[in-house]
Amino acid sequence: MTTIIEPTEPAVAATPARGLLPLPTGLAKALVPAGGLITVVSAFLPWTWTSEFAGDLTVYGYPAGLQTLAIVAGVLALAYGLGEHGVPGLRWTNPGKSPNALFLAALTVFAVTWYTGIAITVELGGLVNLEPGGFIAMAGGLIGVVGALGLPQPADNEATGLAAYVAKPAHVPDAELPGAWIQRLILTAAVALGLVVFTYGIGIDPAESETFIGFVLLVAIGAWTLNTSGLLARYSRLSAGHRGFATTMAFVAAVIFPFTQSDDHNANLGVNILIFATVALGLNIVVGLTGLLDLGYVAFLGVGAYAAALVSGSEFSRFSGVHVPFWGAALIGMGASLVFGVLIGAPTLRLRGDYLAIVTLGFGEIFRIAVNNMDGSSGPDITNGPDGITNVPDLKLFGFDFAQAHEIGPFTIGRFANYFFLMLLFTAIVVLVFTRAADSRIGRSWVAIREDETAATAMGINGFRVKLVAFALGATLAGLAGTVYAHETYGVVPNPYQFAGAAPPNSAFLLAAVVLGGMGTVGGPLLGASLLYLIPEKLGFLKEYELLAFGVALILLMRFRPEGIISDSRKKLEFRATGQMDVPDQTTLEPATGVAKAGG
Amino acid sequence: MTTTTETTADTTATATVLKADGVTMRFGGLTAVRDVSLTVRSGEIVGLIGPNGAGKTTFFNCLTGLYVPTEGRVAYKGTTLPPKPHLVTQAGIARTFQNIRLFANMTVLENVLVGRHTRTKEGLWSALLRGPGFRRAEEASRARAMELLEFTGLAEKADHLARNLPYGEQRKLEIARALASEPGLLLLDEPTAGMNPQETRATEELVFAIRDKGIAVLVIEHDMRFIFNLCDRVAVLVQGQKLVEGTPDVVQADERVIAAYIGSPMEDSPEDEALAEVQAAEAAAGAADTQEDAK
Repeated sequence: MTTIIEPTEPAVAATPARGLLPLPTGLAKALVPAGGLITVVSAFLPWTWTSEFAGDLTVYGYPAGLQTLAIVAGVLALAYGLGEHGVPGLRWTNPGKSPNALFLAALTVFAVTWYTGIAITVELGGLVNLEPGGFIAMAGGLIGVVGALGLPQPADNEATGLAAYVAKPAHVPDAELPGAWIQRLILTAAVALGLVVFTYGIGIDPAESETFIGFVLLVAIGAWTLNTSGLLARYSRLSAGHRGFATTMAFVAAVIFPFTQSDDHNANLGVNILIFATVALGLNIVVGLTGLLDLGYVAFLGVGAYAAALVSGSEFSRFSGVHVPFWGAALIGMGASLVFGVLIGAPTLRLRGDYLAIVTLGFGEIFRIAVNNMDGSSGPDITNGPDGITNVPDLKLFGFDFAQAHEIGPFTIGRFANYFFLMLLFTAIVVLVFTRAADSRIGRSWVAIREDETAATAMGINGFRVKLVAFALGATLAGLAGTVYAHETYGVVPNPYQFAGAAPPNSAFLLAAVVLGGMGTVGGPLLGASLLYLIPEKLGFLKEYELLAFGVALILLMRFRPEGIISDSRKKLEFRATGQMDVPDQTTLEPATGVAKAGG
Repeated sequence: MTTTTETTADTTATATVLKADGVTMRFGGLTAVRDVSLTVRSGEIVGLIGPNGAGKTTFFNCLTGLYVPTEGRVAYKGTTLPPKPHLVTQAGIARTFQNIRLFANMTVLENVLVGRHTRTKEGLWSALLRGPGFRRAEEASRARAMELLEFTGLAEKADHLARNLPYGEQRKLEIARALASEPGLLLLDEPTAGMNPQETRATEELVFAIRDKGIAVLVIEHDMRFIFNLCDRVAVLVQGQKLVEGTPDVVQADERVIAAYIGSPMEDSPEDEALAEVQAAEAAAGAADTQEDAK
């Protein structure tokens, strides 16, 4: 079954009604759900004999780890396969009516099962370690893909060969919208699904890197499937109609998250993700909206953290007698970052483009070096030098002690979960600030500056002032996150606040989170920071190559999806729109260059 | 053809809108604009023509604060303009660009809203707090912007990205965006460049309609028919200097203008030598071409 077919390009050209593989359409259609079903069944058989492989895929453990993921993938393929057969209740899965959604669903199964099979073979040394269940799973994966490749492409698909099978249909018809309550139910279900996926991912034992890779494969290709089928487009249309409700549900899901975790370590990951995501969102104002490349942004997080630590009552603080309540510390942290933002921005924002990037890079490093030296011997005694300010006491707000675990019904809310809730509140504030600022006179002037600074000033925008507001606002938001960061990590030391390093926070990490997630969007930096933080956390073996992997990921992203994972509708059109009118090259009108020419 | 005398006489307010006095702009050793004076009165459409490289756009940039003139003074309604583009716009002079400079990745409506920047004052705080004042101002801005899009005929495309508009509509959008700042004087830098005759005709109508709103217009253009149809007065710039200024009839009849465009030598003009050089160079080039052909 698996070896009879060879890909034949001419066949496609001659009979466009056939797929890449010359299979009867009926058979091809049947193979996709069959493959999914086989994989689901196989997950209830042992895949290997020893529990040495990550998870426990033996006769005693199943279905576990990668097998669970295979079941999910199999169900996905089954749903799409049966939907193609017109099974009632499943037709909604593929609103774009594209065979490519089937192919990608089958590819999800294939990726998960074959990745597992290969990982077992390589890690345990030989095919002999695979139990029949493993072979059946891999066969199921292959059958589905072969079937999907036999499906005919619609006539309007211009891509050829394999590329045709991943192209998104040009048009997804509008759905008849169900009642408002049903719509909200759908949104709730989608957010719940997101929470389940996130919780599962964060809960994977770091020792089981294999499971996490399988998880990433499943989520990535699965999301691709949903996108190609047009479901995501429909979802975003739906949520656009209920923006407030969708946002609220997302925050409700985030509030539920700590209750799903019995281990406070996962809450620790959660609060760190929130902190870095919030800082990345602040950076998004500067980079994504205003188009100012700031390579030293992490310094503002540092300023906020140091300011909060100094007034926290820590015995290592220069002002150890001073203990300002947290709301005061938060204001002081924001104020300090604001002042630094204005001090650094005022001289540098007169520069454009690359020059600004280099100067901010310099200022970022100056912060770290200065903090390192202000220890009383090589400079004034303020920051306690390389030792930093440690033993920052835990917060107590309204009698609520953040250091203690609290029992709420059957759930235990540990120390990090406490901070998670506090940080979530701050994230909500920053999201609100970002969305409101972006959709206003000032936000429009930021985008105008990003698009064409000369034209923007000719429209009456005071470029310097507007840029300074963006820079200062970004700095203030980072400072706010820094105040929580100082308490959550028990203290501050200078070293993390560098340009690039193995562990976050660093400016490169924050910038990558913005670019990877999607510039100018709210969801982008949140998603980007989650991915960039979680992936190295869960893939222990990657530690030494983290920066390399980071670079490779960014290059791949720039090649295949330059607008980032979540795309701003603007950016998407900017990078993808075809057949648009030719706009003459824009030149800057600087007297020194004298580009402006009257001729024509 | 509109005649100057009638238009200016009919207009009740003949107050001076723009007064440029002896504007000189030097880039190092090159004098791009030399001692140009120009007056635009309210309700007037004034044309600025001249061969390529005559310094028309440079003069525009001096008026709008993009360049600081080396010498001379520019006054708008009696007050000297500060040499900062955004302050000039605030004062009431709006402009378009010769090479279209829209905010390509903003929607058509957003482009016009950016043009409203100087006439609104909601800052960051009001954007964050979203009080009733903010909502009112946003709604008023949107209504005004839509009005301008209706005026320029772009209303149906309000939600399109500016970059996806066809060329002629991009020019119109630039004008709508400039009008959004509620100017007293509109500077148009080659508004019909690259347009077909129909589009040029439509632009002409648009400029008349703008004049009828009480906005004075100063326009640079190469299309002679367009400029002589449109303008009450025309000034001719040649090699950075103002050669003639007057009604279209006067300018059209002026021999020096014809000479400047067509290139026949003027009597006791210092350009004779230059012309001879050019002719020699052309002859040489012709010879070179023949050689090329021979190859």
